[in-house]
Amino acid sequence: MSEKKTIIGTHISKQFDQELEDIRERVLQMGGLVEEQFGRVMTALMDGDADQAALVAAEDYKINQFEMEIDEECVLILARRQPTASDLRLVVAVTKCIRDLERIGDETERMARMIQNSIEIESPENYYKGFLAAGESIRKLLQSTLDCFARMDVMSAVKQMREAYIIDREFHSMTKQLVDRMKKDPESITSALDMMWATRCLEKVGDHCVNILENVVYSVKGQDVRHQHLDEVEETVKQS
Amino acid sequence: MNMSEHTQQNEHKTEGTPLLDDPRMSTRGVDVFYGDKQAIFNVDLDIGKNQVLAMIGPSGCGKSTFLRCLNRMNDTIDICKVTGSISLDGEDIYDRKIDVVELRARVGMVFQKPNPFPKSIYENVAYGPRIHGLVDHKVDLDEIVEKSLVRCGLWKEVRDRLDQPATGLSGGQQQRLCIARAIAINPEVVLMDEPCSALDPIATATVEELISELSERFTISIVTHSMQQAARVSQRTAYFHLGKLIEVGDTDQIFTNPTHQLTEEYITGRIG
Ligand SMILES: Nc1ncnc2c1ncn2[C@@H]1O[C@H](COP(=O)(O)OP(=O)(O)OP(=O)(O)O)[C@@H](O)[C@H]1O
Ligand SMILES: [Mg+2]
Repeated sequence: MSEKKTIIGTHISKQFDQELEDIRERVLQMGGLVEEQFGRVMTALMDGDADQAALVAAEDYKINQFEMEIDEECVLILARRQPTASDLRLVVAVTKCIRDLERIGDETERMARMIQNSIEIESPENYYKGFLAAGESIRKLLQSTLDCFARMDVMSAVKQMREAYIIDREFHSMTKQLVDRMKKDPESITSALDMMWATRCLEKVGDHCVNILENVVYSVKGQDVRHQHLDEVEETVKQS
Repeated sequence: MNMSEHTQQNEHKTEGTPLLDDPRMSTRGVDVFYGDKQAIFNVDLDIGKNQVLAMIGPSGCGKSTFLRCLNRMNDTIDICKVTGSISLDGEDIYDRKIDVVELRARVGMVFQKPNPFPKSIYENVAYGPRIHGLVDHKVDLDEIVEKSLVRCGLWKEVRDRLDQPATGLSGGQQQRLCIARAIAINPEVVLMDEPCSALDPIATATVEELISELSERFTISIVTHSMQQAARVSQRTAYFHLGKLIEVGDTDQIFTNPTHQLTEEYITGRIG
């Protein structure tokens, strides 16, 4: 069997090509904004800049707007074109991906608010070190995830899923360290709890990235790889 | 035909699952020619019992030609020659022993344009059972006519005007009447060639609903140009391209994740 090519721009209807190209483009713009917001939160934390964190929190509405607009475009495409096969899978994947992106936006906003509080209370740099490192891993994961979506690259998608799995394990040890710290130093409980919640946020961003990666695989391969072992996913992806 | 030429031309394999365990009809190595021109190439396909099989493909790919092989309608075209084997319940329908009139009673057909006889509504449905000798008494015939019309959802609309000309019905009603006529003789298989292409969306929905209901009792094979219709009414879909059977599979799979590039291009509306 020959490998199927799924290039958007080859429909008899050029208008349809344009509509699909449009939603894809818009998802990438939305992804760009989500990535930027996330990066700004991390910088705010590093610089101890509460104003910057407040600004990020205030701008989450832009991401929500993107989601609603792209959603509407997808509904119109479904109504107008009744897409099938790879087109259908792309539209369905897009509606799911923008939901995950919107949720990443929400987690980012939540972190921005928490960081604002922590910074205002004190400056416990020690906590931040591990958190910032994890944040950087997640930022890279998010960036690569969007890259996989842009290029519809399933091989890299699986690679990033593995990466996400490794990062996820780091969170467990981070959480343990925070608990130890609270035990030793009850004074630190308030700020350590904040850090704990912020860590949860990062973890969720990682989960949303994995959802997006799974949707890239679904869109290209037509296979639902949710709840599958990574080795199985890799097998699926390798099959042409 | 020269044998080596045969194998060369037919060097292609159908993707998916063209064969079934317990089929109603089977075709093996079917070629169809109009004079020198070959229209169908080596088709192996099973049609399952009490299932709807949709046949799709670009105009001129041979869907109607293939469908007409299944009840030997192609016999009526002089230049048309069919080779290979086609069986109904394991019996070769091109066998000399087969009575073509009886075959067409077992494998009925509904056409693109509703074509009621220029007779009364009653007569349109009663005609088949009468000539096939299915009934001895008028009451039995009345019963068949009523049952067939009920099954096609037409009874309520026409019960008070059974003696009026069928041509006075709307397009959708006429098509349902033709389906009632086809099922009145209790066929095993009903072939439909674009049965809704002359109907509006409401009439189309009614006929589609009818197809789903009928598939509980009959085996149905439908040719359609509407991807959505194929997706809605059928359990299996066969994709034809330039006289070849390219891919056969579960309808759900064909429309979400077809295997063959040509199938993908056709159902997504891409230039091949
Ligand atoms: N009676 C005929 N005499 C000669 N050639 C024919 C005849 N009927 C069909 N053909 C040819 O056989 C090929 C298949 O035609 P067919 O009508 O089966 O296609 P189809 O898939 O049903 O197309 P459509 O979707 O337009 O109805 C075409 O090339 C057509 O020109
Ligand atoms: Mg035709």
